[in-house]
Amino acid sequence: MKRTLALICVACLALALLAGCGANGSSSASGSDKVVKIGVFEPASGDNGAGGKQETLGIQYANSVSPTVDINGTTYDVKLETVDNESSNDKAATAASTLVSAGVSAVLGSYGSSVSIAGGPTFEAANIPVIGVTCTNPQVTQGNSYYYRICFLDPFQGTVLANYAYNTLGVKKAYCLSKLGDDYSNGLVNYFVDAFQKLGGQCVTDTFPDGNSDFTSYVANAKSQGCDVFFSPVSTEAAQLIVDQVVAQGAKFPILAGDTWDSNVILQAAKGKDVNISVTTFYPEGANAEFDSGFKTWVNADATRLSSNGGDDTVSATSAMGYDAYFTALAALKNAGSTDSAAVMAALPNTTYDGVSGHIAFDENGDAIRDTAYVKHANTETGAWEALPSVTVG
Amino acid sequence: MSFLQTNLPYILAGISVGGQYALIAIGYTMVYGILRLINFAHGDVFMWAGLMMVYFSASMPLWLSIPMVLIVTVILGFAIERVAYKPLRSAPRMSIMISAIGVSYLLQNCALYFTGGLAKNYPTLPWISDTVTIWGATTKVVTLVTPVLTILLVIVLVLLIKKTKIGMAMRAVSRDFETSQLMGIKINTVISVTFVIGSLLAAVGSLLYFTNYASVTPTSGSMPGLKCFVAAVFGGIGSIPGAVIGAFIIGICENIIKGLGWTTFSDAFTFALLIVILLVKPTGLFGEKVTDKV
Amino acid sequence: MKQLSKKKETWLSVIGIAAVYIIVSVLEIFIPSTSILFTVLKKGAIYALVAVSMNLLNGFTGLFSLGQAGFMLIGAYTYAIFTMPVAIKLTDSVYKYYHCAIGFDMGFLPAIILAGLAAAAFATLIGIPVLRLKSDYLAIATLGFAEIIRAVFQWDELGPVTNGANVMREYLDLSHIKIPFTNIPFPPTLFVFLIAGICIAIIVLLINSSYGRAFKAIRDDEIAAEAMGINLFKHKELSFVISSFFAGISGALLAMFQYTVQAAQFKTAMTYEILLVVVIGGIGSVSGSCIASFLYIACSEWWLRFLDDSQYNVLGLDILRSGFRKVVFSVIIMIIVLFCSKGIMGDKELSVRRLWEKIQRKKAAKKQTVKEGAENE
Repeated sequence: MKRTLALICVACLALALLAGCGANGSSSASGSDKVVKIGVFEPASGDNGAGGKQETLGIQYANSVSPTVDINGTTYDVKLETVDNESSNDKAATAASTLVSAGVSAVLGSYGSSVSIAGGPTFEAANIPVIGVTCTNPQVTQGNSYYYRICFLDPFQGTVLANYAYNTLGVKKAYCLSKLGDDYSNGLVNYFVDAFQKLGGQCVTDTFPDGNSDFTSYVANAKSQGCDVFFSPVSTEAAQLIVDQVVAQGAKFPILAGDTWDSNVILQAAKGKDVNISVTTFYPEGANAEFDSGFKTWVNADATRLSSNGGDDTVSATSAMGYDAYFTALAALKNAGSTDSAAVMAALPNTTYDGVSGHIAFDENGDAIRDTAYVKHANTETGAWEALPSVTVG
Repeated sequence: MSFLQTNLPYILAGISVGGQYALIAIGYTMVYGILRLINFAHGDVFMWAGLMMVYFSASMPLWLSIPMVLIVTVILGFAIERVAYKPLRSAPRMSIMISAIGVSYLLQNCALYFTGGLAKNYPTLPWISDTVTIWGATTKVVTLVTPVLTILLVIVLVLLIKKTKIGMAMRAVSRDFETSQLMGIKINTVISVTFVIGSLLAAVGSLLYFTNYASVTPTSGSMPGLKCFVAAVFGGIGSIPGAVIGAFIIGICENIIKGLGWTTFSDAFTFALLIVILLVKPTGLFGEKVTDKV
Repeated sequence: MKQLSKKKETWLSVIGIAAVYIIVSVLEIFIPSTSILFTVLKKGAIYALVAVSMNLLNGFTGLFSLGQAGFMLIGAYTYAIFTMPVAIKLTDSVYKYYHCAIGFDMGFLPAIILAGLAAAAFATLIGIPVLRLKSDYLAIATLGFAEIIRAVFQWDELGPVTNGANVMREYLDLSHIKIPFTNIPFPPTLFVFLIAGICIAIIVLLINSSYGRAFKAIRDDEIAAEAMGINLFKHKELSFVISSFFAGISGALLAMFQYTVQAAQFKTAMTYEILLVVVIGGIGSVSGSCIASFLYIACSEWWLRFLDDSQYNVLGLDILRSGFRKVVFSVIIMIIVLFCSKGIMGDKELSVRRLWEKIQRKKAAKKQTVKEGAENE
């Protein structure tokens, strides 16, 4: 009986082989169906799940605002192919190949530089361009010609943060905590330390392992070393715990972080507590009223969207950037004049777009030419962000 | 004294997490003593207790949701035993272990599905979440409550095992499974009671743990689960005081390692400690010497 | 009943195996290489190799070890470090915060073998203290060693060699390998199948040799085996080292498949996955592990993906959303574990002889019923 079961299973596998051939045959002939597919390569679970979901919401909102695109006179329906890369590098490769086999013309993503780096080569092998939305680590676009990004880079962000800490906050010794194995937080801490030390400050660096919930020792480390600021640009999952435990230990130093902390998760964790949080981000609070109100209405219309956005309708910068990324992809498609991914890749270097987060244009490395970072402060009474003066460099 | 002063936060954190680990480790050691099974699903039952608290407290007042969490966790532990372990009692040992891994997967994936992959904020329980300062170190009240509560529960449990009939039955079954059955002990009842007690303690442990680290994710239970099992083996599998002491030692050492700056190795250290103990004293700190009969 | 001669049996087995390779080559020529089918085939082959290596240890020698992920990690990193071109090592594109200590690189074939040897070397050292522990304690000790290895590879001080906890990339992956002595790119799926096939063949030869018989004797009754003169420690250590060698090679293949490798992904969850594959296939059955590996990867990565897509929701019930696929998959695994506790193949192998005998018996039974039918008339 078991042997027949095994033989049946093998037969099913063989049938699926044939089914797989058939399915792929039809999806590659997409031109005649007047549908162009854009892949959404985002985490919906794991460490970066919260941010990935908000970025996906931005892309979906943009798709609802503009569901079609005119390429060379023909109107195409834009279909989003979403896949969850689970914030983990090994799942990223298979998730990327799922998108590739679905026949997408371009990919948007991912939230989380490590996953973007891990999934990139699969897209490269398939000759599909990827537009990074908020992945800020330089390694994502360095040395390759298929990955572009519309956000600023970590060396820039690190300098902005260091300047803010040294000049505006006036602190001289910083405690920097990053996550072991996470390229984004390690990279940003590295650039921050470089810039901070150049200004004349001192840094203490530390890392915590994956799956760690206990940050009391790290807070105690920071206190015992006499640090004046706690810099920890980690994912929102760890951030909640850090905020909670800094308060529990009665530590009075301000907390500083990068773009990952720009989320209502942080606001909820900080509400009503005696804590001072400042973050750098891509999209200034209340910069584009039309986008803000449109997005809020759209999110409030559906319970699933509301819960994906963290339970309320706060507009996070990742959603705004997702919105801009979608329209940048559409602009590239129009420039390419076809839905072929190779054509889109050739058209991207010259594509420009004026989005809600500013003007987007790419340099020779595929990075967006950005010179401004916005700083926000968490208002623990109202549970909202306050905009602080933006920082422009160069 | 100043050594204590600088290291007090770490020691306090260590005692707090050690106590929470102890409550979970007891569950592991009891099940292993009776069934010779590493209950991989125990850590995830602990995580589900935390998750259920999040959901219950959103719709019920706290004085109702805490007992509900305890009851539902016990039912969960009982159900897992009946559905996943009982049918495989006569199967080779590998199968029942795989069943435990399968249940662990199922619990994690269900949590992932229901929460949508986002971390959930644990509700603040009154009084034990308040901060308190002792000897210059600030911490939450739960840090002081945990060791006291743990030791109380352990004393109750040890009394239960030594003085009651069911306790005697449990001791008999863990000594010799088949003979106890021949002697008329209802095996199913004993095993169910073991799982019930283990799950109850895990639920209490989750109340304390998540008050300390107020965020529940689907994988919150896997590393603590593994560490608690290591603590149980370290203290001597089958011995409840051993599991408790092992858990406290592991909790304190883990935090001192973090304090010394070797954070990369804080998890690895737990395992290194285990391997050293297994090589030096294979039956653990308080384990009994088992003679190998040919 | 017609007897199957040994020569014929061998021929049929060889033809059967060759057919698999020919099918894979044909598929690779005709189907575009971006199809998910190839992802499943490649990953399935890699997991088949590591499952068979785990089966060698758990199923054939009876040593319950949970350290596979650690050895895969060693193999993957060794491969990545030694095939990364020197030009990239000297710049800071990968070794961003460290100055790379390894100043040379090598081809992919020697690197794969080196990966296996590195894993085997670690296994030799680990085996000495650990192999005298009894079953469950051995499992926990090997699990502990796997975690320690993972922590050591993430250590900052070893950064110049391992790049610390950061991602390793830009080494020779499956899209960059060429057939030796030519400039033709090697078809990736065929390559993975070839390496996995050669390794599995070696393991099967080992199992059918006198060493294999010693392993099975140790599994069945250690004390009797010792009484029969089998050196327990030597054979256990041999089994452990060989299993780790092939786990290291599969780690190298995984690194080639994934394009990037990072220590953080080789958690104990990976070992549990491999253990699941081994048990579902049948402990003690090599062909069972292979079949189960492909089924497992196909189910988890491909066939059930539609369950994640909310556009297939029927009756207005919002059940299908991200994460449902994994729930269904876990339930399927539980059903298989509870109802087929011996696995798909039990402890038997897929053999030509048994298939032949089954066909012959069916033919004979048919002849019998025809004869009886004729007699009754």
